Amino acid sequence: MFNSKYEPLIFELSAEGRSGVALPPSDVPETKAEASIPREMLRQDLPLPEVGEVDVIRHFISLSQRNFGVDTGFYPLGSCTMKYNPKINERVAGLAGLRELHPLQPADTCQGALRLMYELSEALAEIGGMDAVTLQPAAGALGELTGMLMVRAYHERAGEGSRRVVIIPDSAHGTNPATAVRCGFEALNVPSNERGTVDIKKFKELLGPHVAGVMLTNPNTLGLFETEILEICDMAHRRGALMYCDGANMNAILGQSRPGDMGFDVMHFNLHKTFSTPHGGGGPGAGAVGVKKTLQPFLPSPTIEKSDKEYRLNFNMPESIGRVHSFYGNFSVLVRALAYIRANGPAGLRAISETAVLNANYVRSRLLDDYDVPYGDRCMHEFVASAKRQKDENSVRALDIAKRIIDFGFHPPTIYFPLVVEEALMIEPVETESLQTLDAFVDAMRQIAQEAREDPEIVKTAPHNAPVTRLDEALAARRLDVKWTPGG
Amino acid sequence: MIYPDEYRYSKTHEWVSLEANLAKIGITDYAQSQLGDIVHVELPEVGTAITQDGLFGSVDSVKAVSDLISPVSGEVVEVNEDLAESPELINEDPHTAGWMIIVKIDEPSELDELMSADQYEEFVEAEA
Amino acid sequence: MLRKIGAGDVSELFAVIPEKSRLGTDLFVPGPETELEILAYFRNLARENLNLEDYACFLGGGVYDHFIPEAVSTIPQRSEFYTSYTPYQAEVSQGMLQAIYEYQTFVCRLTGMDVSNASMYDGATALAEAAIMACDTVDRDEILVSRAVNPSYRATLATYVSGMGLRVREIPIRDGVTDVAAMAAMVSESTGAVLLQQPNFFGCIEAAKQIGETAKAKGAMFVVSADPISLGMLVPPAEYGADIVTGEGQSLGIPPAFGGPLLGIFATKMKHVWRLPGRLVGATVDTEGRRGFVLTLQTREQHIRRERATSNICTNQTLMALAAAVYVSALGRNGFRQVSNLCFQKAHYAREQLRIAGVEPLWNAPFFQEFAVRLPAPAEELNVELLRHNVLGGLPLEAYYPELKDCMLLCVTEKRTKQDIDRLVSVVKEYVQQQVRAAHI
Repeated sequence: MFNSKYEPLIFELSAEGRSGVALPPSDVPETKAEASIPREMLRQDLPLPEVGEVDVIRHFISLSQRNFGVDTGFYPLGSCTMKYNPKINERVAGLAGLRELHPLQPADTCQGALRLMYELSEALAEIGGMDAVTLQPAAGALGELTGMLMVRAYHERAGEGSRRVVIIPDSAHGTNPATAVRCGFEALNVPSNERGTVDIKKFKELLGPHVAGVMLTNPNTLGLFETEILEICDMAHRRGALMYCDGANMNAILGQSRPGDMGFDVMHFNLHKTFSTPHGGGGPGAGAVGVKKTLQPFLPSPTIEKSDKEYRLNFNMPESIGRVHSFYGNFSVLVRALAYIRANGPAGLRAISETAVLNANYVRSRLLDDYDVPYGDRCMHEFVASAKRQKDENSVRALDIAKRIIDFGFHPPTIYFPLVVEEALMIEPVETESLQTLDAFVDAMRQIAQEAREDPEIVKTAPHNAPVTRLDEALAARRLDVKWTPGG
Repeated sequence: MIYPDEYRYSKTHEWVSLEANLAKIGITDYAQSQLGDIVHVELPEVGTAITQDGLFGSVDSVKAVSDLISPVSGEVVEVNEDLAESPELINEDPHTAGWMIIVKIDEPSELDELMSADQYEEFVEAEA
Repeated sequence: MLRKIGAGDVSELFAVIPEKSRLGTDLFVPGPETELEILAYFRNLARENLNLEDYACFLGGGVYDHFIPEAVSTIPQRSEFYTSYTPYQAEVSQGMLQAIYEYQTFVCRLTGMDVSNASMYDGATALAEAAIMACDTVDRDEILVSRAVNPSYRATLATYVSGMGLRVREIPIRDGVTDVAAMAAMVSESTGAVLLQQPNFFGCIEAAKQIGETAKAKGAMFVVSADPISLGMLVPPAEYGADIVTGEGQSLGIPPAFGGPLLGIFATKMKHVWRLPGRLVGATVDTEGRRGFVLTLQTREQHIRRERATSNICTNQTLMALAAAVYVSALGRNGFRQVSNLCFQKAHYAREQLRIAGVEPLWNAPFFQEFAVRLPAPAEELNVELLRHNVLGGLPLEAYYPELKDCMLLCVTEKRTKQDIDRLVSVVKEYVQQQVRAAHI
């Protein structure tokens, strides 16, 4: 299925004098650069490759054939919600009237763009149970930064700037503690209990007067709903702390339950997870942030406002935390997300979470004979299996299983996360996959379990059917080679 | 015997070798085997004061990072510069070429709290 | 499926959600709609916008209307690329990893730096991350940023550092460029980073070498936010001593898209590589000795180092970095130089024609593709007039610099023809003459 032909680097295809794309000659009288710009500021050499257009195209097409995407096959990458990206989204995002727009053009010339953003904000506020939404953050982690800076601003206005601790479960995404520190907070870990949810007794002990907020993912990264969420929010609020919801797992509860109704004060949405915008090989995403009224004054500037007859950008926000992006966020991603919401509608959104949860439970049930699933009797949209049994009995690790699944034409699950599960295999089947696909995946996983018992070498040396075999990551880090050099 | 008799060992898997008041410090063979391929080491600068049980740096393997915890207190007087270019020395020769820092110690009695080679070996077996 | 799970119906699977936080009703959102209806809806929205295909754009200020060759547009639309996730599983992601390795090489070759990351969100956040990395590296807490740096970058910087106990001070402007003497007086032993934009927000070329030397003499890191297109013509920032180079890469084959997705460029010296924020691709070999690519030095990042990571960034702008790699490949050495030179030529022609028409340039500093002018009346009013002639005028500066009343920042890229420029000039000339006449009545 992959193109296994070795593909040279673009630099290795270069030959002097070639050019890919022609540009028209200058049609204005010449200005001598030397006459206008100091000589020492003018560049002599420009060491870029010289490759003809057809070879540039073949090069990158060849690379695309060495890459796995949702359109290539099943992608049960836990925590990432790799659902099908509807093609109509691409079509509308590519409309000239939504793409060839300058962010600084006068507001009366981009009413459609402002309306689109306003409507998406309204829809997301409704979906999250929030009062207002900013679309400026370009990714989930930037959404977290935005949200937690608002939490900080809220306490500072209340004269409680001494609240400098944020409680984060040990199963949380790494962005949570990294973000808390970036906002000037200390990240304090709360352990999970034997059920895989927040240990509420420990939580209570940690919840002192210095706590500014709590960052929770619900359902959490084990795919389990925090059943004591109402108590947790209530306890935090009574101690003056705010509740932040990492919305990475919204796909599990879309149309079923809203973070705002659970008691969260602020949350981010990953539009590239829940709302089907493509991940782009690692980005762009969009990390819209929703807040309750209490935090609204602190939203990033500008906000989008609607009056009787027009939409406008409001820069007059004296309590705003400020800007978090050059302009208004990843607009093209927002276009796709709104298209997705409109395509599904209220019943469709609810059906997404139903099918996602059903699919995850089905795959989980079918894997129980062959893999340990240390937490929970059922799961939400994803579950975390463990290869501990395979490791203990046959020295086959989660990494080996992940590499072997590639040979069956599937993308591996997320491995070694969350940290609370040994040899973790985090599986998120999503709602867009057919029963046939799920069964084929389960069959492959079961076959691998059997191989681990009977022929572990084939698993430990996988993949056998990819453009490359296992890569030496230690060598990559020790003999760092991060750019091409001639003869290098 | 993997663990040199003349060294002392901490529960956090650092070793100390003392000559006069200079303590040479590294991580043990067990520690390096647990970490896997080490690709980077962060060490303090010469002149830094460190304290027993305090952090003095970190080691990175491909997918994990671990704190280095000092078994003694004192001032760093020398740092193994070779590790910047060749962190694999810690995997290949943890007890000699893979040494990390030399500390001029304040309290020789601190070493009394550390384990002998035999004790450490037992400790590791129990931990595994 | 339910039988396999042992559940009676799907609602059982949601029984764990406390009753009180269950949504009893349908969400109040539009839809469902079929593709036909969606397309109609978004076409209507699109029609409410004036788009750059129908207007000659002289607006810059951070997003630029450069030409995107068709070969460049087509590659990021390959769904093997755009529907993939972060290449954590290297064996199934060799295509994207190699493309990013090539992107990193291009960034290094344009900027003269040793190592580039796999992208940041945009020019603003890249600059803010650089300031934080610099202060962290030299263990200082003051950032000096030129007032000639893009105002929204400065605003983003202020937000980013607000939680971290870092102070930001602004270096004043003199004649359209950073005031070197004022900067020299401000920089001190507590300065961790000096931030400059090249060309600056006004399009002017800074005396970067002098500023860099002054910064470094005091032990501060020198950070330059560079426009990559200008680097087809201007010396790489490494040559004038930059320790970190950031920039907005939207010019490299990425549509303006109302300001996003953009491309944050971030490059530094090899000695700082362990402090680099974001992802990094490295070359290595597989078990059979074949070249392959992986994400490397991952222990710097949040998913491993958590609260001690070099940044909280996870998702970046990979697809945009891919577009940039294709853009630079497709233009190549000659094409890239040509784009750079065309922008320079046309901008200089435009400024000269406007001067002849009676609109004085605000400053005389050397410039690249943007320049500021002073008008006899509010810039917004001229823009209304220009729109009537299918011209999208420049950026009124007063909102960002209160002292620059009636001033406008104009940008001329290679896409503008002489005819476009002449049309701009003739409308401006007519407008200026009207204003003069009105003033005489």
